[in-house]
Amino acid sequence: MVVISALLIGLVFGAGIALSGMANPAKVLNFFDLAGNWDPSLIFVMGGALAVTFVGYRLVLKRPGPLLGGRFHLPARHDIDPGLVLGSAVFGVGWGISGFCPGGVIPALGLLRFEPVVFVAAMVTGILLARILKRQDLSAAPGRQGV
Amino acid sequence: MTDFTPLLSLLGGALIGVAAVALMALHGRIAGMTGILGGLLPVTGDWGWRAAFLLGAIAAPALMIRAGGVAIPFESPVPMVWTVVSGLLVGVGVVYGAGCTSGHGICGNARLSPRSLVATVTFMLASFATVFVIRHLLGGF
Repeated sequence: MVVISALLIGLVFGAGIALSGMANPAKVLNFFDLAGNWDPSLIFVMGGALAVTFVGYRLVLKRPGPLLGGRFHLPARHDIDPGLVLGSAVFGVGWGISGFCPGGVIPALGLLRFEPVVFVAAMVTGILLARILKRQDLSAAPGRQGV
Repeated sequence: MTDFTPLLSLLGGALIGVAAVALMALHGRIAGMTGILGGLLPVTGDWGWRAAFLLGAIAAPALMIRAGGVAIPFESPVPMVWTVVSGLLVGVGVVYGAGCTSGHGICGNARLSPRSLVATVTFMLASFATVFVIRHLLGGF
């Protein structure tokens, strides 16, 4: 049940990404190109997604727990640490170079093109590399948590 | 040039929102691609829903093209070596930044999380700046 439900939700997510244009790096890059051939479509993607999620979360999170059991897994942190800002900046530079972001590129794998595969391989390498770096950071300075 | 597609983008965005709400309502999970994918590296006890979600997300465009006859535009104007550099930066960045466009940009902001707002403003500004530098200062892709 859990697997079938997640599969169907993944299908809806992937369809949304594909229809919205987020799976197309050229479109994403043109959104960021204010001084060039600006394509404002992504404002509508974020607007539509945020509106639905904002209202939906308010209804859902009033409930005692998820319908398929367990609990709501919500991030508990509220502090703004240097890692959050620097990491997000590095992500933004990467996103601005290729137009691929994690949520856009995973559905783009279904288009059976070469570039998303190359990007995902590099991204997974980056994720694993960052985890090793973070672990060394923490063991070098045990007082500093969560960088 | 890419076409301005306000209605399709709004519809696609709304579907992303429906998926985010459904994943929380049924599974109690944030629909953040960084978190869902990261939980499979390495594969741990709760891999089933994660793998199923990813499989669905990948299958959707394929089904739309094959079964639905829908055209899904795709163009990657960037040289392959820069795609690799970009992938490495994105991978490192989302680990330290604890999320990406879907997790922070949609789910976190919908929860009015201050961390997600800071992350979203930061990565959007960095992306705008990067495209400006590459296209208008360096004359690149």
